[in-house]
Amino acid sequence: MAQETEKEILGLSDVTIRFAGDSGDGMQLTGSQFSDTTALMGNDLGTLPDYPAEIRAPAGTLYGVSGFQLHFSSNDVHTPGDTPDVLVAMNPAALKINLKDLKEGGMLITNSDSFDAKNLKMAGYSTNPLEDDSLSRYKLISIPITSLTSNALKDSGLSIKEITRSKNFFTLGITYWLFNRPLEPTLAWIESKFAKNKAIADANSIVLKAGYYFGENTELFTTRYTVEPAQLPKGIYRNISGNEAIALGFVAASKKSGLPLFLGSYPITPASDILHFLSGFKNFGVKTFQAEDEIAGIASAIGASYGGSLAITTTSGPGMALKTEAMGLAVMTELPLVIINIQRGGPSTGLPTKTEQADLFQAIYGRNGESPIPVLATSTPSDCFNMSLEAARIALKYMTPVILLSDGYIANGTEPWKLPHENEIPEIPVHFWTDKESFAPYKRDENLSRPWVKPGTPGLEHRIGGLEKAHITGNVSYDPDNHDFMVRMRANKIKNIENDIPDLEVKYEQEGDLLVLGWGGTYGAITEALIKVRAQGKKVSQAHLKYLFPFSKNTGEVLKRFKKILIPEINLGQLTTIIRSEFLIAPISFTKIKGLPFKSSEIQNKILEVLGGSNGK
Amino acid sequence: MANNIDAPVKYTAKDFTSNQDVRWCPGCGDYSILAQVQRSFPEIGKKKEEIVFISGIGCSSRFPYYMDTYGFHSIHGRAAAIASGLKIARPELSVWVATGDGDLMSIGGNHFIHTCRKNIDLKILMFNNRIYGLTKGQYSPTSEKGKVTKSSPYGSIDYPFNPLSLALGAEASFVARTIDRDPKHLQEMVKRAAEHKGTAFIEIYQNCNIFNDGAFSILTEKETKGDNVLVLEQGKPMVYGKENDKGIKLDGFTPVVINLKDGKNSINDCLVHDEKDPDPIRAFILAHMTDHEGMPTPIGVVRQIFKETYNEGVERQIKHITEKKGEGTIEKLLFTENTWEVN
Repeated sequence: MAQETEKEILGLSDVTIRFAGDSGDGMQLTGSQFSDTTALMGNDLGTLPDYPAEIRAPAGTLYGVSGFQLHFSSNDVHTPGDTPDVLVAMNPAALKINLKDLKEGGMLITNSDSFDAKNLKMAGYSTNPLEDDSLSRYKLISIPITSLTSNALKDSGLSIKEITRSKNFFTLGITYWLFNRPLEPTLAWIESKFAKNKAIADANSIVLKAGYYFGENTELFTTRYTVEPAQLPKGIYRNISGNEAIALGFVAASKKSGLPLFLGSYPITPASDILHFLSGFKNFGVKTFQAEDEIAGIASAIGASYGGSLAITTTSGPGMALKTEAMGLAVMTELPLVIINIQRGGPSTGLPTKTEQADLFQAIYGRNGESPIPVLATSTPSDCFNMSLEAARIALKYMTPVILLSDGYIANGTEPWKLPHENEIPEIPVHFWTDKESFAPYKRDENLSRPWVKPGTPGLEHRIGGLEKAHITGNVSYDPDNHDFMVRMRANKIKNIENDIPDLEVKYEQEGDLLVLGWGGTYGAITEALIKVRAQGKKVSQAHLKYLFPFSKNTGEVLKRFKKILIPEINLGQLTTIIRSEFLIAPISFTKIKGLPFKSSEIQNKILEVLGGSNGK
Repeated sequence: MANNIDAPVKYTAKDFTSNQDVRWCPGCGDYSILAQVQRSFPEIGKKKEEIVFISGIGCSSRFPYYMDTYGFHSIHGRAAAIASGLKIARPELSVWVATGDGDLMSIGGNHFIHTCRKNIDLKILMFNNRIYGLTKGQYSPTSEKGKVTKSSPYGSIDYPFNPLSLALGAEASFVARTIDRDPKHLQEMVKRAAEHKGTAFIEIYQNCNIFNDGAFSILTEKETKGDNVLVLEQGKPMVYGKENDKGIKLDGFTPVVINLKDGKNSINDCLVHDEKDPDPIRAFILAHMTDHEGMPTPIGVVRQIFKETYNEGVERQIKHITEKKGEGTIEKLLFTENTWEVN
């Protein structure tokens, strides 16, 4: 019975919430709407979508559970949160999979309608956990979400299937009320998303509001919460995912270099979103080619690069393997190209929707012959924008393919991003060779780069290809000395890039007992872990590599200033191996390969263990 | 050399000859193909800097080195994919693919069928010698069943591809066949392909005198070619023979040879060639003519149809969306509706 009770509003600084349900329950949508609204309210945030590879796994199964975790705060956020404060479980399977992560005493919101005999059995429950005592350690709030949704829509004229499908908006409405979020951004989104189907748009809006008012009127909730905006630097912000930031970064690079952007790509999880975004940017002159396979993806990009475009290809691990031979062609023909690998769990098909960092060796070493390619890595969703510009700059200046590594965690995770203005983004100068007199296809400039000539330039007709080239003339050459010279020339050209990239920066003490060295998507968890251990008075420094090949010039010198180096990685220690062989030091490797990012607490405990103190247990 | 944009450039075959020594085996059919392409190019109305030859790997794929145009000798099987990217990026260029039966039909088969399907405006010259030459003599995807080679000492058990049928099945908009030893016909086919808008595929029968000598001799030797080659001409009845005494007519869907001198048949009974027929059935009948014993090998344009090319579609969409949304800028790209301000 609804009552006019004034409910207490409790201020929190930091909340982690996880939405979990069947892969058909719309949890990704619920999570991303909650994130966008929360971003608009000025909180800092980090997200972790975690979904199965099956698009619609059989309902109620454990392997069909899809989750979306969101960490929002009035302070700086570096991770999607270690342990949720709130778990929304839309069915028994979602509860079974996710309960172990919920904080002791945390809030558990369930859809009691889905806890029927069939679903309980499928999730492996012999008794209903909502009715036995097994959940007594949590604040259990059990709501018949399906029937409340049906009630709200009983006059809508929609089918039962359509009505049931709206229930995620009821859940979203409840959580909006609970965390004091406005409905307007999602209402506006519903209106534009379902513009062509007014009945569905109306239904979703009604259900969203019904969920919100249910929260207000029910006695199940005694308290609602509010999280004040974070103190972020002044500016205009937008919530951004890693994949979207890569798409935007290359469009910006196209504008700043004055070159048309060409993407050759074959759909693959978790990289396809970049193709989706870029295929919508036709009015930016972007040409996207959905190729017949991964090889044609890169081959078409090489063709476009030969024609004078800023050319890129996007993929994930298995696709990288297929593109390998063509990367060698780009090395030999010295054409600019960016290859973007959104790493996922491997080997083979592996874990398509899960994150991993195990393609580092492949990126640096994985080609036939001496085939050096610069390798860069992004560290957060918004960093993807800057690193895309940087990858394009290096490719164009040094006439070389460049590999940009991201991963599933960065790609699908989101964070607020302070937007740069056009004049804050550096220009990328490009020169096409047109002079007949001084031309030779493999003559080099001060960067050891060969001239880029657009077909169509009169008088400069020439031939390039994958066979070894004679120095300067570019004619086919089998001369032993020339091959030795050219192999070393290509290696030097790439090595010299170390003079043109920023130094590796150390955060906190510049020398000392322990440096935590990371690369890629571990950035947030490491940053958070260091904040926590330093709050305990421990002196630990942090450095994060964005340039994996070549390394920043000062890397060896930085590493030698610390007694111990700890390298956390989502692989079996690939960076550790490279650092050991490159600098003849012995870093401590800390690895985890579960398809999930590190929790900051895991790194925190490892740091304490390395320092020889209590590990907090 | 005059390079006035308004006046067509007057080239000779020599203008298309690069300074590189040609390194094919003496007597190879590739020499003739190179010479005929160089002879026909002055007439295709393109400036030489606007012409690009892209190749894969194999004997045929050395072709770009010998043409004084832009050229790219790439990796095995990928020429069509690289050429597709170039053509989409630079639709004003005339982009040619020089390839062989191994490069295009085997390792590059996927790129070939999808290039045809998408109707990307490329001119594909496939040198078919029915053998792997550069790797010294293994059977290829167009080698006849039972062929004894280094890798099939007891005879190949593969069925061969029919390249014309494959191209037709993949919806290529221009499909033709010619022979290295018929210079005039080869030149004619090259010019026809150059004029065509869309994927143009020419199968060129080419003799490998080292590993598969005489594979097409019945079609090239003076004594036999008349009775074994059917030259297709648009709108003309299908007549051939040393004495022009044979014709092709359809018995249901099956082509049969008729004797035009026996008093029972006349030229009016012959099938009339229509390369523009929107229905592909007749083209398939021509492609499969030699499946039947005693039938001649057709050469010429088997099919030519007209439809929007892929690269035209790309430009059309860009134009349309740019008119609708206005040209994109970095500010428009980043500062979208879903932003908020922190003061």
